[in-house]
Amino acid sequence: MSIKLENVTYQYSPDTAYAITALDHVNLELRDGEFIGIIGHTGSGKSTLVQHLNGLLKATEGVIYYNGQNIYDKDYDLKDLRTQVGMVFQYPEHQLFETTVFEDVKFGPKNQGLDDKEATLRAYEALEKVHFPTDYFDQSPFDLSGGQKRRAAIAGVLAMKPAVLILDEPTAGLDPKGRDEILDMIAEMHKKSGNTVILVSHSMEDVANYVDRIIVMNDARVAFDGAPKEVFRHYKELETMGLAAPEVTYIMQELQAAGFPVSVDATTIQEAKEEILKVFR
Amino acid sequence: MLRDITLGQYYPTDSHVHEMDPRTKLFGTLIYIIALFLFNNVLGWLVVTGFLILAIHTCKVPLSYMVKGLKAIVMLLLIAAAFNLFLTSGTPIFTIGPLSISDVGLRNAGLMTIRMIYLIVGTSIMTLTTTPNQLTDGLERSLHFLNRVHIPVHEIAMMMSIALRFIPILIEETDKIMKAQMARGADFESGGIIKRAKAMVPLLVPLFVSAFRRANDLALAMEARCYHGGEGRTKMKPLQYHGVDRVGYLVIFIFLVLVIASRIVYPMLMGLIGV
Ligand SMILES: Nc1ncnc2c1ncn2[C@@H]1O[C@H](COP(=O)(O)OP(=O)(O)OP(=O)(O)O)[C@@H](O)[C@H]1O
Ligand SMILES: [Mg+2]
Repeated sequence: MSIKLENVTYQYSPDTAYAITALDHVNLELRDGEFIGIIGHTGSGKSTLVQHLNGLLKATEGVIYYNGQNIYDKDYDLKDLRTQVGMVFQYPEHQLFETTVFEDVKFGPKNQGLDDKEATLRAYEALEKVHFPTDYFDQSPFDLSGGQKRRAAIAGVLAMKPAVLILDEPTAGLDPKGRDEILDMIAEMHKKSGNTVILVSHSMEDVANYVDRIIVMNDARVAFDGAPKEVFRHYKELETMGLAAPEVTYIMQELQAAGFPVSVDATTIQEAKEEILKVFR
Repeated sequence: MLRDITLGQYYPTDSHVHEMDPRTKLFGTLIYIIALFLFNNVLGWLVVTGFLILAIHTCKVPLSYMVKGLKAIVMLLLIAAAFNLFLTSGTPIFTIGPLSISDVGLRNAGLMTIRMIYLIVGTSIMTLTTTPNQLTDGLERSLHFLNRVHIPVHEIAMMMSIALRFIPILIEETDKIMKAQMARGADFESGGIIKRAKAMVPLLVPLFVSAFRRANDLALAMEARCYHGGEGRTKMKPLQYHGVDRVGYLVIFIFLVLVIASRIVYPMLMGLIGV
């Protein structure tokens, strides 16, 4: 299950005075089972990029292959692709519409053609996965708190059991606790299912702790692509893109500059702790 | 796709026409439209064409943008021209079978086609060079006198600009929600009427919810800033005439005089030549 992008370029409102190139010749390969973070400054093209992966936007130029098949082929089933590549949008709570949370989560599975019993089962499973409080299953989705709405909306996508899960800024507008809960839940799901997960964010700190690969977008292009520690080595360049490496990177860099024999590759607080303790042993 | 309609048609660039006060442009457009129906001979046509070319040239908007509007009325134009051509009585100058074209018909068809094309192109210069907000501002000031007969001009203008401001926002929102539901397997394109109407529910419910939320927020924000209607309200950027506007009014005035003169001079000229 791999997704491959070849020279993908996308323009909003092409041929008008307002034309904006949001993707500029992007080449990427997203392999099966990876946990990928896509990071970039506001307006760098992250959302545009991920909307190509399930065919919601059609590249102005370039090709995308899903499992080796060109998704722009005339007889390619885009609807099927969308059920395999699940997408949770930025502020997904704005898409809720049903009378109860449970019914809303069932919307996706029903569109997949599952019968009511199967859809109910899927909805139940998905709501459990996002740790949605059982008492609220039959509430109107409009009466929930922001964090609860977010969970319900994520469950709506999970219930379709996508092979690839894309989350566009799933933590935007949540408090630190809500943010950690959602990210932990996503990481846990990735570990259990082994599916490809793509997490879009503009916070390095968020992503560094969870993903195995970081793709940095800058000005419609891919600026860096690699394991977190490789990407964070470019922390000076990241700053010029309006991004920052995690705090830990800065501490380790400064410690090294001050003459301590620490490795600057630590990206999480845990790793940094081990490194620093090593020096004093 | 949806977005293209939204920005109105404003074409941002730097030109004397863009700089002009919206009132000048409104007035100019009004005079231009009147002139279109006033001219009735070659001389008048030359004057109107000259004015149009001058406007097109000074506004620096590519011609293709103005002609875009014509596409929509091509059919209408053709049908209207055909009716004028074939159904006007007069001296026949050309006959094919039962159809005959008279001199009056030819003239009417020509005049009408020119008028329609010029109308679309000319008025689109106005919308291409003026933002919707400037336009409502200009209308509000120009129609200020209606306040005396108790028409709430300011309130109407405010509603207009809010509505205009909300169109792109709502369209963007529609686009977003549509995509989000499509990602959940919703299908807006296939099926019969009933199926399609049903498919709209997941789109319309969130859209209304968000529209009401936005309206609520806006009302609150306006109230928090002590908005209380037009009475005694001042503007941050009051409309003010500048040098270009003086030149603008002068050109418009000369144009109007020339068009009227063409109606008088032309028959005299013809008389002189003895036709
Ligand atoms: N519907 C649209 N129409 C026109 N331009 C758009 C549209 N959506 C995005 N853009 C433009 O495309 C560029 C990339 O936008 P995109 O939404 O992909 O950025 P992003 O990286 O997701 O930003 P953020 O972190 O704010 O979500 C921006 O310059 C934006 O202004
Ligand atoms: Mg985005």
